[in-house]
Amino acid sequence: MQPVLTDLIPALPEIFLAVAAMLLLMLGVFRGNGGARLVSGLAVVALVVTGVLLLRQDGYDVAFSGLYITDSFAVFSKLLILLGTGLSLIIAQNFIAREDMDRFEFPVLMVLATVGMMMMVSANDLLSLYVGLELQSLSLYVIASFRRDSAKSTEAGLKYFVLGALSSGMLLYGISLIYGFAGTTNFITIAQVLQAGPAPLGVIVGLVFVAAGLAFKISAVPFHMWTPDVYEGAPTPVSAFFAVAPKVAAICLFIRVLEGPFGSLLPQWRQVIEFCSVASMLVGSLAAIRQSNIKRLMAYSSIANIGYALVGVAAGTADGVQAVLIYMAIYLVMTVGTFAIIIAMRQKGKAVEEIADLAGLSKTNPMLALALAIFMFSMAGVPPAAGFFGKLLVFMAAWKAGLYPLSIIMALTSGISLFYYLKVCKVSWFDDVKEPLDRPSAGLSWVVTATALVVFPVALVIGTPVLNSAAAAAASLFH
Amino acid sequence: MENMMDIGLGHYLSVAAILFILGVFGIFLNRRNVIIILMSIELILLAVNINLVAFSVFLHDLVGQVFALFILTVAAAEAAIGLAILVIYFRNRGSIAVEDINLMKG
Repeated sequence: MQPVLTDLIPALPEIFLAVAAMLLLMLGVFRGNGGARLVSGLAVVALVVTGVLLLRQDGYDVAFSGLYITDSFAVFSKLLILLGTGLSLIIAQNFIAREDMDRFEFPVLMVLATVGMMMMVSANDLLSLYVGLELQSLSLYVIASFRRDSAKSTEAGLKYFVLGALSSGMLLYGISLIYGFAGTTNFITIAQVLQAGPAPLGVIVGLVFVAAGLAFKISAVPFHMWTPDVYEGAPTPVSAFFAVAPKVAAICLFIRVLEGPFGSLLPQWRQVIEFCSVASMLVGSLAAIRQSNIKRLMAYSSIANIGYALVGVAAGTADGVQAVLIYMAIYLVMTVGTFAIIIAMRQKGKAVEEIADLAGLSKTNPMLALALAIFMFSMAGVPPAAGFFGKLLVFMAAWKAGLYPLSIIMALTSGISLFYYLKVCKVSWFDDVKEPLDRPSAGLSWVVTATALVVFPVALVIGTPVLNSAAAAAASLFH
Repeated sequence: MENMMDIGLGHYLSVAAILFILGVFGIFLNRRNVIIILMSIELILLAVNINLVAFSVFLHDLVGQVFALFILTVAAAEAAIGLAILVIYFRNRGSIAVEDINLMKG
């Protein structure tokens, strides 16, 4: 028997990435700040290698005395997380050099946060859930305040830290109640305890606290207050990173916790999720209308998108989980693309972030304006862009599960959101040029082109295999 | 009468619940100083630790105590990062009053 080795092999991707982060840190220290670009590039390579290691994993495995689990659901969500981090690192390259942020700690912290996220989606115990979540959060607090000479960035970091620590506290209080009343922290054992008899009240109260703590992390209303401020204050590549990787990780963790150990409490938690979902869709869509800063607009848009994803979670079926995974994959691609355009918004070398600064983009840079239009139409859910199919899948899953009011509210708020997405298109296509934007760098153009092509039309071509792997991922939660 | 004097699980849970509520209110009602918020966060984490250790003894199960040790460790790292962010914030703004944290609104 080789207990150590059998434990290490399932967790190989995480171990590799954690070791890579430490090596990158050492490399950065020895090279000094001149090595920031090198460390950044190697971090992307490390993420790619981790992705390859992940793809070699197959099947279901529980390791470290039940603390760690790997299944197709974990692999699918981890690939999304790695994609999000990798793309964020690529679009950050040019920005951090220009804004005097090129310190090697930046890519290292992003990689460490990614290790935390991978641990989160592979958690099979409340303890590993907590440690993974904190590894992610602690790195994110620092990244949010990375521009330490900027008042806005430090304020964003401070707000994120205070509310993040509060949410961790609520999560922990819930965990302590679940531990006390279920007698265990292991997901599989909790599921057995809850299936054996009626759930103790303490477990249900604990579950509500845990759900509140996780709702903070995915910025679902009523726990969303930090999102617009942090997105606006943090450096733009950091906002891009926040909008994709941690969101995917937190919603996948949310799904694993709700469908796994607490699957038998579906009637209890469904009400909480439905409330958060409706509130997120309404607040996200209505508050976005009066925003003039495009980063704040994206923050409210991400709140609304989380509301749509929660519709699929509330369905509580394998179809719902599959729909959420697909939705998050499409959301990730179009959000990275939109943020790449926001990073490209520079006038005479100075970064600008008002929607009005996009005026006349179609005349000065038609390809960028076209890509922006594709992303906006996709986010609004206009066919044939990929965003439409994500929304359709979630809608159908909720409809099949009998959540008629929720699906109708989803369709209505989608219609409202069309208004502000089209406003951005209108400014960039039909308003007169005030001040042309600078030419974007090669890396940015590459990411914008690739993501725009994926949103439309490549998604229509590669849709079926992605759908199938998401279906397999969802099925692995319900075996 | 003797039963009244025994300290049982319920007493520990009540103390922890009171500490937790104090911590949450400390974050939301405090208008003066960010340091008080950091102290409130510690209070919340301590409430959780009391809960875990009390349950651990009551259930005759070690997991709760192990969990408490993990929370202590993470809380130390969290406090270090929180104070570091507070220091750079003070350098930029020259104040750590809660009502001054208002550069971004809407």
